[in-house]
Amino acid sequence: MHRKTTPEVVSTSCAELEAGIQPRKLAMSGVEKTSNESPEVEDKNKEMDAEAEESFGDDYGVEPSQYLFYRYDRKEWADLEPVPQDEGPNPVVKIAYSKKFSDVYDYFRALLKKDERSERAFALTADAIDLNAANYTVWHYRRILLQALSKDLRKEMTYITNIIEEQPKNYQVWHHRRMVVEWLNDPTEELAFIAEILSQDAKNYHAWQHRQWVIQEYKLWDNELEFVESLLEDDVRNNSAWNQRHFVISHTTGYSDPAVVEREIQYCLQQIRKAPHNESAWNYLKGILQDHGLSSQPGLLEKVLELKETHCSPYLLAFLFDCYEDALENSKNTEEQERQETLSKALEICELLAQEKDTIRKEYWQFLGRSLQMTGSIPDSLTNRHY
Amino acid sequence: MDGVSPVLRSFSEQLTAETFIDDGVETVTSVEQVSRRLAKLASVANKADESHYQYLKKGLRHLSDAYECLDASRPWLCFWILHSLELLEEPVPATVASDVCQFLARCQSPTGGFAGGPGQYAHLAPTYAAVNALCIIGTEEAYSVIDREKLLDFLWSLKQPDGSFMMHVGGEVDVRSAYCAASVASLTNILTPKLFEDTTNWILRCQNWEGGLSGVPGLEAHGGYTFCGTAALVILGNEHMLDLKALLRWVVSRQMRFEGGFQGRCNKLVDGCYSFWQAGVLPLLHRALFKEGESELSRHQWMFEQKALQEYILLCCQNPTGGLLDKPGKSRDFYHTCYCLSGLAIAQHFGNLDHHQEIILGKEENRLAPTHPVYNICPEKVAGALEHFLKLPVPDDSRHVGGFTGIKPPAAAPSHEPQS
Repeated sequence: MHRKTTPEVVSTSCAELEAGIQPRKLAMSGVEKTSNESPEVEDKNKEMDAEAEESFGDDYGVEPSQYLFYRYDRKEWADLEPVPQDEGPNPVVKIAYSKKFSDVYDYFRALLKKDERSERAFALTADAIDLNAANYTVWHYRRILLQALSKDLRKEMTYITNIIEEQPKNYQVWHHRRMVVEWLNDPTEELAFIAEILSQDAKNYHAWQHRQWVIQEYKLWDNELEFVESLLEDDVRNNSAWNQRHFVISHTTGYSDPAVVEREIQYCLQQIRKAPHNESAWNYLKGILQDHGLSSQPGLLEKVLELKETHCSPYLLAFLFDCYEDALENSKNTEEQERQETLSKALEICELLAQEKDTIRKEYWQFLGRSLQMTGSIPDSLTNRHY
Repeated sequence: MDGVSPVLRSFSEQLTAETFIDDGVETVTSVEQVSRRLAKLASVANKADESHYQYLKKGLRHLSDAYECLDASRPWLCFWILHSLELLEEPVPATVASDVCQFLARCQSPTGGFAGGPGQYAHLAPTYAAVNALCIIGTEEAYSVIDREKLLDFLWSLKQPDGSFMMHVGGEVDVRSAYCAASVASLTNILTPKLFEDTTNWILRCQNWEGGLSGVPGLEAHGGYTFCGTAALVILGNEHMLDLKALLRWVVSRQMRFEGGFQGRCNKLVDGCYSFWQAGVLPLLHRALFKEGESELSRHQWMFEQKALQEYILLCCQNPTGGLLDKPGKSRDFYHTCYCLSGLAIAQHFGNLDHHQEIILGKEENRLAPTHPVYNICPEKVAGALEHFLKLPVPDDSRHVGGFTGIKPPAAAPSHEPQS
């Protein structure tokens, strides 16, 4: 169960969160819940609150007074003077910190100021992280302490494993794990751990990033294609898994071997037959062929034209267009008649996509059509394959 | 100009044809997508002006303890709120502006750059946010908060041999850092040739088989990182080195045929914040193509469905009590308020200073101020900052050139070349 901080509801994270561009989102139930919402939204808010309620199991029934204040209750800290935050006389974006939060962070600031490297400092960092796992300053300090105090890194692995399970969409926790793995020079738990995280969210960007780093750093390529295939069996639309497929193959056999390319094409077409409107499969097909040219694959165009009859989609049509466009660009010595035919087929597809099959991208398809018409092929301004 | 919109795309019958087709093959992806039958929060495409203003005005001063999780991102809160206010063309009182300046000054690290809060370590993300916020304020007081010499030292301390930048000392590397560094360096005129040596090549490695850009080479193409990488290259003058055709195809394909908004990655859900990260790439591409001599570019619109995006934002992303959000059912927050409004501004304004065309869905009052697609602050603020800082000398960084201030980075980039 993923943790929620304090009694506030934390809404489902935005994908941006994973990228670290957006910090963790909040539903400020205390402040935001109003009765002005439309009924649908009210229900959703209630849903989210209900979810949050369930996860409070741990905190419910716990007396608030069980928290021992550093400043009042812990005698072993009496020698340290807490350092309040220096926000100035007229602060902006002023957060109404809870007493607990202020307590912990006033003492954290005190430790930082002294550069105190002690067991008690180490213990406090866990409290500080618990209150805000995105505080990279605390994490940095914890790492200094891990080394200065020669802490047991195996225990730290257990610690970070638990934190990531609770907050898998936080940047700092994954970076910290990476540091510990590096220090231990031991990746043996990683693939299984990441697989576990991915079993909860198969598209967690941080998890995939950590996985690629581990595999590349420690050369753990052997079973990864198998792992990818099992994920694609679970969800053939998992674009992260398709990306991992490309990652594994491009770093092992590569895509220059015709047997590999043929196998991959067959794999794609198989998935497309099962779920024709899966954009990932079509993107992958194009992705693996574009460097050598889509029209360089004998028989592919014919197969796609066959599929058009029974398994058509906007993605198939776009792929067809790409085939024609590539033929125009790369077979400059074809006779003029054939080129004109190819050109007119390409333009026909543009028109079909713009007017009927992919109207949300009308502007784009019309632009491509105009460009193609002008030059007989996509202009140089758009291609950079010679770089 | 639309004026009073007769029939909105969201209520048209043709739209039902655009619902997600799962081919009878149910997977996690399709169940998620289909279950979002997109409730509307509004039936009229009107911007809830006054309530957004109150939400922002309050947040600029006070935030509940729910915001403890953003205690290491307070300059971001300043930027998100100030930028939202400038898009809404709501003035910020001089006293408040001055208070922001003084607060951000307290967030500045003695060794350069800005931190997530007073006393914390400097980090490129709050540095980006702080510099942008100060440029939005645009007063002499604001500009003078920035210690340019130390800022340059800070950027150098993050620079890696392979051209990338860490986000903070002892921190992670990804393409956001290149954007944050390029943004603040160009605005404050501390950009030196050596500082971004090899950065272009590193960013180019982030363009993948999908055509978009990933956070680090090898990962999935993603809207946030695509924006960062593309905008950074624009600042460095090297956007033409991307495979523009593949990038264009990828980003236009991220607009959802049913919702009208953008998804962050292929086969994921729509989200209001991508209204900026994804749609904002199109003005960058438009300009890049124009510079490459492309003759068939439209002179009236960007290469995405501007009205459909405006509809998504106005009908689905507004909280009636103020603030904007990801999608119906989600809670409002200042991040989504900023990026939904930024995306709305992109969707409303085509062109540049010389040639400008507006497409305003709904009433004229829905109009926002235009935003600069590279920096995401208003163009006049970019101009004001450049005017101020270009008068100042570029700090000397010769002591950095050729060496790296020995902060140990995370494990280096892969030691062998990919095999394709």
